[in-house]
Amino acid sequence: MLLIPCPHCGPRSELEFHCGGEAHIARPTNPAATGDQRWAEYLFYRSNTKGVHAERWLHVHGCGRWFNVRRDTISDRFVTADQIRSAEEGS
Amino acid sequence: MRHFSLMSLLSEAVNAHRGWDRQWRSPEPKPSYDAVIIGAGGHGLATAYYMAKQHGMRNIAVLEKGWLGGGNTGRNTTIIRSNYLYDESAALYGHAMKLWQDLSQELNYNVMYSRRGVLILAHNTHDVQSARRHVYANRLNGIDNEWLTPEQTKAFCPPLNISRDARYPVLGAALQRCGGVARHDAVAWGYARGADAMGVDIIQNCEVLGIQRGPDGAVAAVDTSRGRIATRRIGVSAAGSTSVVMALAGLRMPLESFPLQALVSEPVKPVFPCVLMSNAVHAYISQSDKGELVIGAGTDQYVSYSQQGGLQVTAHTLDAICELFPQFSRMRMMRNWAGIVDVTPDRSPIIGTTPVSGLFVNCGWGTGGFKATPGAGHLFAWTVAKGEPHPINAPFTLDRFRTGRLIDEAAAAAVAH
Ligand SMILES: Cc1cc2nc3c(=O)[nH]c(=O)nc-3n(C[C@H](O)[C@H](O)[C@H](O)COP(=O)(O)OP(=O)(O)OC[C@H]3O[C@@H](n4cnc5c(N)ncnc54)[C@H](O)[C@@H]3O)c2cc1C
Ligand SMILES: [Zn+2]
Repeated sequence: MLLIPCPHCGPRSELEFHCGGEAHIARPTNPAATGDQRWAEYLFYRSNTKGVHAERWLHVHGCGRWFNVRRDTISDRFVTADQIRSAEEGS
Repeated sequence: MRHFSLMSLLSEAVNAHRGWDRQWRSPEPKPSYDAVIIGAGGHGLATAYYMAKQHGMRNIAVLEKGWLGGGNTGRNTTIIRSNYLYDESAALYGHAMKLWQDLSQELNYNVMYSRRGVLILAHNTHDVQSARRHVYANRLNGIDNEWLTPEQTKAFCPPLNISRDARYPVLGAALQRCGGVARHDAVAWGYARGADAMGVDIIQNCEVLGIQRGPDGAVAAVDTSRGRIATRRIGVSAAGSTSVVMALAGLRMPLESFPLQALVSEPVKPVFPCVLMSNAVHAYISQSDKGELVIGAGTDQYVSYSQQGGLQVTAHTLDAICELFPQFSRMRMMRNWAGIVDVTPDRSPIIGTTPVSGLFVNCGWGTGGFKATPGAGHLFAWTVAKGEPHPINAPFTLDRFRTGRLIDEAAAAAVAH
């Protein structure tokens, strides 16, 4: 089980968290002008990185806040964990 | 290749088994091949077998970064069934089910396919309705599946407790009688032996590290840990590592890779006659011929290539197993492990062409591709050999995520394995 460094609460057991998947996937800003392939990439395509992966977690049974981490998907070690302060950071 | 028969077994028995050959060669890679398959799991090996056997392609190689069958092929709980909901899936998994029936004869290798029946339990009204819907849809598609009452379920699987006040009451089950299990290693070894005998080079300890493309954009070669190999056709069958391999050709994929766990108990006398699955409580169980209970657990919630999952995931499954079968609560578990499974958004595989000319992919089988091994190999061989999909795998394109024609077995609440 992972020990997850919540930037608000400190390290807590994985049981308190929900993984929100890859971070920084921005919704197309002009939906009407966005083609099918671009929508498919937004909805379905993922980098699925082997190595350092940017992802979002929700401390659902804790502070209730979303935050970004970078985690090595080979060792499962967390590299960084950051608060989300703006919409861009949150996307 | 020496044929296995009663005569050859008898003559080796009197000869103290000194006359058996190696089951496949360990060749050096040639500088070029007509086609290269990446990944010597069951799928990649079956693909090479059918390319050689049905499409006459003998100058081909299967490249494997580790040892053959050491990926998910050798880690799965070996459940075979074909009772998926949608027409496209029924055709795909039904095709594999047909090939399982005489696979041991086809390969002259005992894959120990055992038609012991797969039960999928229903514990609540929703389960009952969705299981019965599956049964009716399957029957319309000519796929074997039937609905059992709790008493019929108990008769088929005597260890099961159908008491109304059980923690997870059994309201009935869907039974696929032709479903069952097979020996996972034997499937890989049988295809490897058959492909090798037709001249296919199976090259182990050979990791693909790069995909070279020519001036026309089409694939031209692969760079491997054992040097460059020229080829105009590449079939990727790399399961959990598919995104990593496709990135070598500059492609992103609609895939995420998660650890999926399983475990086995100490061996005991025959106690469990069939395969039993319960989606609602997340438990899968059967008994191997060695006597171990083989138990499938769930996936972790995060992307990982670590081949080890969280212990809480297996504990959760064991909780459910002990509720369903209190008699197993004192059994000791011997080993647990994980494999990395590549999951698509609609939980259906991708078998087809890619935007790169000469590059083909068979992936996204996620938590349930062992059952499809013969069918996937057969269809992917056709696709790589002819450069276009077979009608059965034609709907399973990469492009369906653009067009929106998903084959949504995830929403159909199909069970995981
Ligand atoms: C715990 C567990 C339980 C499961 N239970 C079931 C079940 O009950 N029923 C069912 O139907 N399915 C089940 N599955 C799913 C099933 O195992 C897979 O869908 C199936 O094995 C995938 O087939 P494969 O041959 O492509 O995979 P693999 O055997 O994983 O083969 C892929 C191969 O590609 C190789 N490779 C990767 N990258 C490279 C590279 N760069 N160069 C060279 N080689 C490379 C790997 O080393 C590997 O050997 C389970 C999976 C797991 C992990
Ligand atoms: Zn917190």
